[in-house]
Amino acid sequence: MDAIRVENLVKRYPHTLAVDHISFALAPGQILGLLGGNGAGKTTTIAMLLGLLVPSAGRITVLGHDMARDRFAALARMNFSSPYIALPARLSVYENLVVYGHLYNVPNLKRRIAELAEQFHLTTLLNRPAGELSAGQKTRVALAKALINQPELLLLDEPTASLDPDTGDYVRGVLEEYRRARGAAILLASHNMGEVERLCDNVLMLKTGRIVDRGPPAELIARYGREDMEQVFLHIARSAEL
Amino acid sequence: MIRRIWGMLYRHLAMYRRSWPRLAEIAYWPTLNMLIWGFTSSYIAQAHGAPRAVAAGALIGGVLLWEIMLRGQLGVTIGFLEEIWSRNLGHLFVSPLRPGELLGALMLVSAVRTALGLLPATIIAYLLYRYDIFAPGPVMLLFFINLLVMGWWVALGIVSLLFRYGAGAEALAWTIAFGITPLACVYYPLAALPAWLQPLAQALPAAHIFEGLRAALLTHTTDWRQFALATGLNALWAALAIGVFALEFRRARVRGALLAIGE
Repeated sequence: MDAIRVENLVKRYPHTLAVDHISFALAPGQILGLLGGNGAGKTTTIAMLLGLLVPSAGRITVLGHDMARDRFAALARMNFSSPYIALPARLSVYENLVVYGHLYNVPNLKRRIAELAEQFHLTTLLNRPAGELSAGQKTRVALAKALINQPELLLLDEPTASLDPDTGDYVRGVLEEYRRARGAAILLASHNMGEVERLCDNVLMLKTGRIVDRGPPAELIARYGREDMEQVFLHIARSAEL
Repeated sequence: MIRRIWGMLYRHLAMYRRSWPRLAEIAYWPTLNMLIWGFTSSYIAQAHGAPRAVAAGALIGGVLLWEIMLRGQLGVTIGFLEEIWSRNLGHLFVSPLRPGELLGALMLVSAVRTALGLLPATIIAYLLYRYDIFAPGPVMLLFFINLLVMGWWVALGIVSLLFRYGAGAEALAWTIAFGITPLACVYYPLAALPAWLQPLAQALPAAHIFEGLRAALLTHTTDWRQFALATGLNALWAALAIGVFALEFRRARVRGALLAIGE
């Protein structure tokens, strides 16, 4: 059973075709990169996968659940992180994690929070209001929240944005280890091509709502005769034919 | 379900624990209102003698009870706006929390806020004006609940407007309930309204609740007919508000409005 199966997905707004008949699948234990420039359809696709947005056409199945009919069963087994969505600033880091622990029905919540605090170096920050943290600290808290229910599927939008190179590298290591230990599937939207090369088994290249190419990073680099994913991205983004 | 509702209740209680301006705001307006109307009532009672004193008592009772509706409504809408202001709605709506559970939690928050907000005003009414809101007996609890429920369905309507128009509709959260006040017959009997306006007022539970309150205070009787009308109308309006909320939530998911509700 795929973690994600998307068939002929379309999102049409009155004046825009944001997502244009895309299909893909993500197997358990795999990391799939969702790449594309601004307005390519990444955010819209992720919003539909999360049930925040109703597709105009097509079908989404997450962890065996049809998102049109049974999205809450899927949402309990997945999680999401984005630096563009905040956590309540007045609440302490600990209180925020308690809230989401309850929402995701996490057993042994205190122990789970202690594990995450150690994993993301948050132990000394637990009693600080979330609004007083630096951007990098907030990103680490958001990732701790995203892992609180040990999700089988993790959707990450720019997971290492605002992190210094050292912390970014550490977080990438945590994600790799989480995928390996839990067998979790990860969908990753990122503009950090080094991160994509390191983490992703496969990538989807989106442009104006369509998938214009797909494959493992190394294969795409070879296919386009480039040195790295950054150059592949630039080639696709600037190419008029694609 | 209970754990998710508790999670949201915990979120709001933790926020109030850490924010004294929010706590102060809960009690500020009901207390101020009680002082203004309380002194006005005292003046009327002193100037016009005992018969008017009873009417003045009804005025104080009206102020206290109407605050239940206003605080009940604000409790839900401000709770929802807090999620918009903190940019947290995105996280909530991709968690297993159902919209109905979110509303259930906000209603509990609203009940706690209302009780805390009215406590100082109730004490002031008793100490300064010798007015005991509980004097008519347990029937007052039924009026309280009816007014709280009315506040909740008005709030549901406002939250539906927030889904439709985004945070730009925020001002409505503060003003809509006050707009209902003339039709609620809080400070005067239904008969005081022009004949053409009376059917509109009668369509609201509040008019029946306050007619019942005046009967309880002035004649020491419980008008069960008014109570039944208020309860029935509340059920009807609540069902309508739930339907509108479900429709607007679905539309917001179609339009992508949940992604940009703070704008």
